[in-house]
Amino acid sequence: MPEHISSLGSCLAIWLCLLAGTTLTVAAAFIDLGPFNTIVALTIATTKATLVVLFYMHVKYTHEKLTGLVIVSSIFFLFILLALSMADYGTRLWR
Amino acid sequence: MHTNRAVVDEPAHGNPALQHQFATKGQQKNAASLGMWLFLAQEVMFFGGLFCAYLVYRYKYFGDFGSASQQLDIELGTINTVVLICSSLTVVLGIRAVQLGKRMALVFWLLATIVLGLAFLGIKADEYAEKFEKHHVPGASFSYHELLPGQEKLPAAERQYANPHHAEMFFSLYFAMTGMHALHMVIGVGLFGFLAYMAWRGKYTPDYYTPVENAGLYWHFVDIVWIYLFGLLYLIDRHR
Amino acid sequence: MATAIVSDSGERENYLNAGHGLKSWLLTVDHKRIALLYLISITFFFFIGGFFALPLRLELLTPAGDLVQSDTYNKLFTMHGQVMVFFFVIPGVPAVLGNFLIPMMIGAKDLAFPRINLLSWYLFIIGGILMIYTILNGGVDTGWTFYTPLSSEFAKTNVISAALGIFVAGFASILTGLNFIVTIHRMRAPGMTWNRLPLFVWSHYATSIIQVLGTPVVAITIVLVALERLLHLGVFNPSLGGDPLLFQHLFWFYSHPAVYIMILPSMGIVSEIVCCFSRKRVFGYKAMALAVLGIAVLGFLVWAHHMFVAGISVYAALIFSLLSYFVAVPSAIKVFNWTATMYKGSITYQTPMLYAFGFIGLFTIGGLTGLFLACLGIDVHVTDTYFVVAHFHYIMVGGMVMAYLGGMHFWWPKISGRMYPEGWGKLAALIVFIGFNLTFFPQFVLGYMGMPRRYHAYPAEFQILNVLSTAGATILAVGYLLPMVYFLWSMRYGKPAPPNPWNAAGLEWQTHSPPPTFNFDEPPVVTWEAYNYDKLGEIPETEEVPVAH
Repeated sequence: MPEHISSLGSCLAIWLCLLAGTTLTVAAAFIDLGPFNTIVALTIATTKATLVVLFYMHVKYTHEKLTGLVIVSSIFFLFILLALSMADYGTRLWR
Repeated sequence: MHTNRAVVDEPAHGNPALQHQFATKGQQKNAASLGMWLFLAQEVMFFGGLFCAYLVYRYKYFGDFGSASQQLDIELGTINTVVLICSSLTVVLGIRAVQLGKRMALVFWLLATIVLGLAFLGIKADEYAEKFEKHHVPGASFSYHELLPGQEKLPAAERQYANPHHAEMFFSLYFAMTGMHALHMVIGVGLFGFLAYMAWRGKYTPDYYTPVENAGLYWHFVDIVWIYLFGLLYLIDRHR
Repeated sequence: MATAIVSDSGERENYLNAGHGLKSWLLTVDHKRIALLYLISITFFFFIGGFFALPLRLELLTPAGDLVQSDTYNKLFTMHGQVMVFFFVIPGVPAVLGNFLIPMMIGAKDLAFPRINLLSWYLFIIGGILMIYTILNGGVDTGWTFYTPLSSEFAKTNVISAALGIFVAGFASILTGLNFIVTIHRMRAPGMTWNRLPLFVWSHYATSIIQVLGTPVVAITIVLVALERLLHLGVFNPSLGGDPLLFQHLFWFYSHPAVYIMILPSMGIVSEIVCCFSRKRVFGYKAMALAVLGIAVLGFLVWAHHMFVAGISVYAALIFSLLSYFVAVPSAIKVFNWTATMYKGSITYQTPMLYAFGFIGLFTIGGLTGLFLACLGIDVHVTDTYFVVAHFHYIMVGGMVMAYLGGMHFWWPKISGRMYPEGWGKLAALIVFIGFNLTFFPQFVLGYMGMPRRYHAYPAEFQILNVLSTAGATILAVGYLLPMVYFLWSMRYGKPAPPNPWNAAGLEWQTHSPPPTFNFDEPPVVTWEAYNYDKLGEIPETEEVPVAH
């Protein structure tokens, strides 16, 4: 089965997007957005990570659905760890 | 000795040799790929535990974490982020090179990745040294006497200082998380060194470059971890 | 049946005689040999863990703490727990029976990564050596749960070496799980679709998911405890702003799913045995497969039910209590379906089936008492008492060990090429059942009456129940020793086993006993559904003299 070969253009385009994202996130850190600072930083980080996974790690071009399932599962269970732990810490001071 | 009678058309030799448990080289490659992704899944959970600890304490001690975060060198952190992004590019270009059958280009891009990885580690070491000098390394010699973010605007008598225990917590997590990441980088550099040698020997062809591909997945994963570490550790409260 | 390879001496080549000498075993990549390597190691650690229980139960014969000092007692229950949990119960079924059978059950020659399989065993051994070093150096006294800040700050015992041993053994577990998942996805023989897989394979698939996703979290937690201990960080130390409960969250995030690692493979064994000795297809195949996946997923959502009285918020406790009730549902579905499988089946009572019956009954009791514990009000009363100790021993010993023994008996002819003595098998099963219940049922009562766990002294009114429990433990020990003796005996003097002594369904029974190195003479092509007992006859009464041997 012929493997997908990324074009030079797409490799460089993603690279530029990642650099732009870095610039953006550093710049945004110096602006006071209140609680949205964290959200903006995490959103930019997640976008960058998604670009790396889809393009650099070739997940967009694979025919293998199992790869996507493995990725989604690991993110899901990480989310469970974080969310249910915070369900405790976030509600400790509730009356 | 029992020979592999099941498969008559796939050679038992060649590059790579077809291992006895597989029926075709395609099956062998697919298995290796799935194995690598599962390994990365467990790495997500491994780092995830540290991210959980970080989340809990950042939630509890947000102000003190903001103060401690400002002690990190944002310039070096940004440079390191750029270095790793470039190294992901060199990995991808290396994969392209081997897919197009260009052996020396592959070696070049693998070496470039190593150089960038070492640059990252060098800058990290510099950051760690600076932390050591400022007594921000947790443990017996830790000492922290900095203001909470934004307190400089207030008159001197009213300024509040960060809680040194909570700042030490930030640095404990900083060293644990970036240290674990750096350990993974060291392993990655070693892996790529081995790959560069094998590539130079001509072991990787457009038909077979699975080790390069899988090591590339590992490298990209380590890059993604750093993308999150940078955002979470260096950029908490810079605007004040 | 295809012709087998026969050596010059006339003996058929099989995995046991293909290659002699220590090197051929220690450098093997044959999953069946690796399974036997694990069998020997795990039995060794079972002895070690059991060895720690002996003075523990002796101490509890009398109300006063007069046999050992309290510090020593702490070490006894800690080492008993750590060795048993991490070096026997968690690896037990997957490493021995899973390794041996999964490739055969799916029609493959080996696992996907045979060398990583061998690496897993070596990592397990290294972890075990670290644990033995810990024992020889005075043990650990923190409880197997390593709670901070005792373990990270104040304990004067060998926390780090024990933690390191568990870390390394955990990595072995991750690699085994990874190997199984890739094998089951990629190595199935032609015609072996997901819907035709034996439930033993489904169970191990679900278990492997837990191993891959859960174990790393306890691994990083162990690293943090070690760092804290070495460098006096404050991640879990309240006087430095840390939260001991964070350790508990991270620890139990793995350690609760870990109990499903312990039980799911055993459930797979029970499914195989029940179907064979009822001569019936399993009732509700799809529900059984979905149930093991459901248990694996839901098992990740309930961990803080170990922390109800530790100081978590009551709102979090409510959420975890509710989720803990949900996870009981798929387990109950499995018990119902085994029962329905047996209904109107043609049941015979060979040793494996006796163990399966024992499992179903004892797992039900253990599981239901888990629901008692999931109820917040009851848990406040019985947490950290012997009620909890009885609950988890009903599942781990009444469940896992029973199923493990049942599986060992069921597949012994395939593994060794010999039949075990059936009379002794039935006797041992009966002794185990009686000994087990006598040991652990009184502990439910003790716990409910208020006897705390991990105490070596107790009020005088609890003595009679403790004496019963210790008496049961000695009977149980006899029940465990018997199979070790007659299995070894059978390897020399047992009746040679035919390929399919139980006339069971499953690809592993389509090849010789013991199997050849690459499992099958010809790669199988599957055209039939799982558990096709309607096509097979009865279990042969007497063992005929096998043909080619």
